Amino acid sequence: MANLETTQNSQMPDNWTSLFTATGWANLILLVGLALVPTIAYYTGHPFWIDISTRLVILAIAAVSLNLVLGYGGMISFGHAAFLGIGAYAVGVPAYHATYGEFEAIASYNGFFQFGLAIAVAALFALITGAICLRTKGVHFIMITMAFGQMVYFAIVSIETYGGDDGLVIDTRSEFPGLDLSNPIALYALCFISLLVVLYIVHRLVNSRFGMVIQGAKGNAERMNAIGFNAYIYQLTAYVISGAICGYAGALLGNFTTFISPEMMDWSRSGELMFMVILGGAAYLLGPVFGAVAFILLEEILSGFTLYWHLPFGIILILSVLFVKGGMSGLLSRLGKRDG
Amino acid sequence: MAEPILSIQGLHKSFGGVTATDNVHLDVLDGETHAVIGPNGAGKTTLISQLSGALKPDAGRILFEGNNIVGQPAHKRSHIGLARSFQITSVFMEMTVLDNVALAVQAHDGHSFRFWTPARASKNLTDPAMACLKQVGLESRANDTASVMSHGERRQLEIAMALATKPKLLLLDEPMAGMGPDESARMVETLKSLSGKTMLLVEHDMDAVFALADRISVLVYGQVIATGTPDEVRADENVRHAYLGEAA
Ligand SMILES: Nc1ncnc2c1ncn2[C@@H]1O[C@H](COP(=O)(O)OP(=O)(O)OP(=O)(O)O)[C@@H](O)[C@H]1O
Ligand SMILES: [Mg+2]
Repeated sequence: MANLETTQNSQMPDNWTSLFTATGWANLILLVGLALVPTIAYYTGHPFWIDISTRLVILAIAAVSLNLVLGYGGMISFGHAAFLGIGAYAVGVPAYHATYGEFEAIASYNGFFQFGLAIAVAALFALITGAICLRTKGVHFIMITMAFGQMVYFAIVSIETYGGDDGLVIDTRSEFPGLDLSNPIALYALCFISLLVVLYIVHRLVNSRFGMVIQGAKGNAERMNAIGFNAYIYQLTAYVISGAICGYAGALLGNFTTFISPEMMDWSRSGELMFMVILGGAAYLLGPVFGAVAFILLEEILSGFTLYWHLPFGIILILSVLFVKGGMSGLLSRLGKRDG
Repeated sequence: MAEPILSIQGLHKSFGGVTATDNVHLDVLDGETHAVIGPNGAGKTTLISQLSGALKPDAGRILFEGNNIVGQPAHKRSHIGLARSFQITSVFMEMTVLDNVALAVQAHDGHSFRFWTPARASKNLTDPAMACLKQVGLESRANDTASVMSHGERRQLEIAMALATKPKLLLLDEPMAGMGPDESARMVETLKSLSGKTMLLVEHDMDAVFALADRISVLVYGQVIATGTPDEVRADENVRHAYLGEAA
């Protein structure tokens, strides 16, 4: 009888009761805070906060996409900034040709076209590179994802038309009917809603049959094969989905910065995304969002003190990896259990 | 008894200078429990791995229900009815016991490109998974995380995962490895309760082997030196000399 009860309880996860745990409250406060703080600040004459929050939310989307493969799938990609860059250039390049001619086929300010292009190219890049990277394991996987990332970096540097090293200014933002992205509030709303949608998608994914497979393949692919899964094609699919979402975040980033350069996809940018995932809590849905908040705040505070703010930054990351299992979200969930 | 379900013919595998499988011929008959015994390093795990598809043999054939399966990847072999357990416990540590088994059920319930519906809510997965847990006596631990289970319980879980794939032939690599006497006895009971399942059972524990096996093959330095009923093997001069004698 006791067995039966425990079974039934656990068949109702993610329900309303789970909202009122430490984790549930923290998640709620985080999301409501992200919705309200910049908006209120903006309308009370502090536009600085909406700028910083827009960047935060875009990076959070990228980190959530990385969490899908890194946290849930155990695929430690050190090249995710490439997808951000691809997404940003998928906005910048069509806009450039729409302004200066040539390449009529892709010349466009249309947002649906640009964002669609960002997702498609990022997914294709993920498919091709993932097919190769996923044949390797462990440190090799990390190194080869990084190598592919750097390849994109140098490819863009070498294209003079788009400014090479110096980058490219986006004169006109993506055009959507009834949505003016040069309005900071409108842009922020788009980013924030995108974050919510992406979180929901990832939530559904990781709890689906597909999600169970990629979580099983994390660290025990041999077992997966033995019970009858071709782990490789599921991992590759996860990698493509992750790349596509990150490409979408890149399209938002291009619209936010209106200046794109290869520097956006440097390996250190990939490292920052990993930082967000690990510090925030890998394999926790909102972990990367907490991580993005911590990253942005630390960056703001530390860079005020010293030019070499990456050093204390790195130290914090190492300490958190060594001592805080599961990052910020992991800490919160343990706090919740102690209370309950 | 019937036709061999598995027929290993002239199998060879070496690692550098070490010959781990040396011209092995071995038949497993439908319905029998066939034990493979042999000293440490005899090549028992290497043999299982070649059968399951984790390792590729250098030469020889493996006929499963008459078809040569050498060259088929491990996941395909699971779908034609081969299931293995591992000498070194291999379960999904971060998942619950039920999820571990449900995942094995899922592998045999169509493709898993299903991205939206929660897997844990699917009775098609949890009901058969619970049934397998009952078979090994773990149903009360269904919602515990695998990592908090005892060693013996995890070994039982491995068996449940193998059963969940509805195998025609179970390949068990030392299911009693590292167990105390009580746990071993429980495992023997579990395996006995599967009577009718065809099994290739690698085991060091002689009591278990003699309690369970219909036939025994003795592997020494990669070679099968004897095959027969438990009594025949016990009486075999070569075996006494090469193996049982050493142990006694
Ligand atoms: N991956 C490998 N690379 C090199 N040598 C290996 C490898 N796997 C096994 N061997 C060698 O092959 C031989 C057979 O090993 P195997 O693990 O199959 O023996 P076993 O009978 O299962 O032993 P045990 O009873 O200790 O489990 C040993 O000499 C071992 O060192
Ligand atoms: Mg062995």
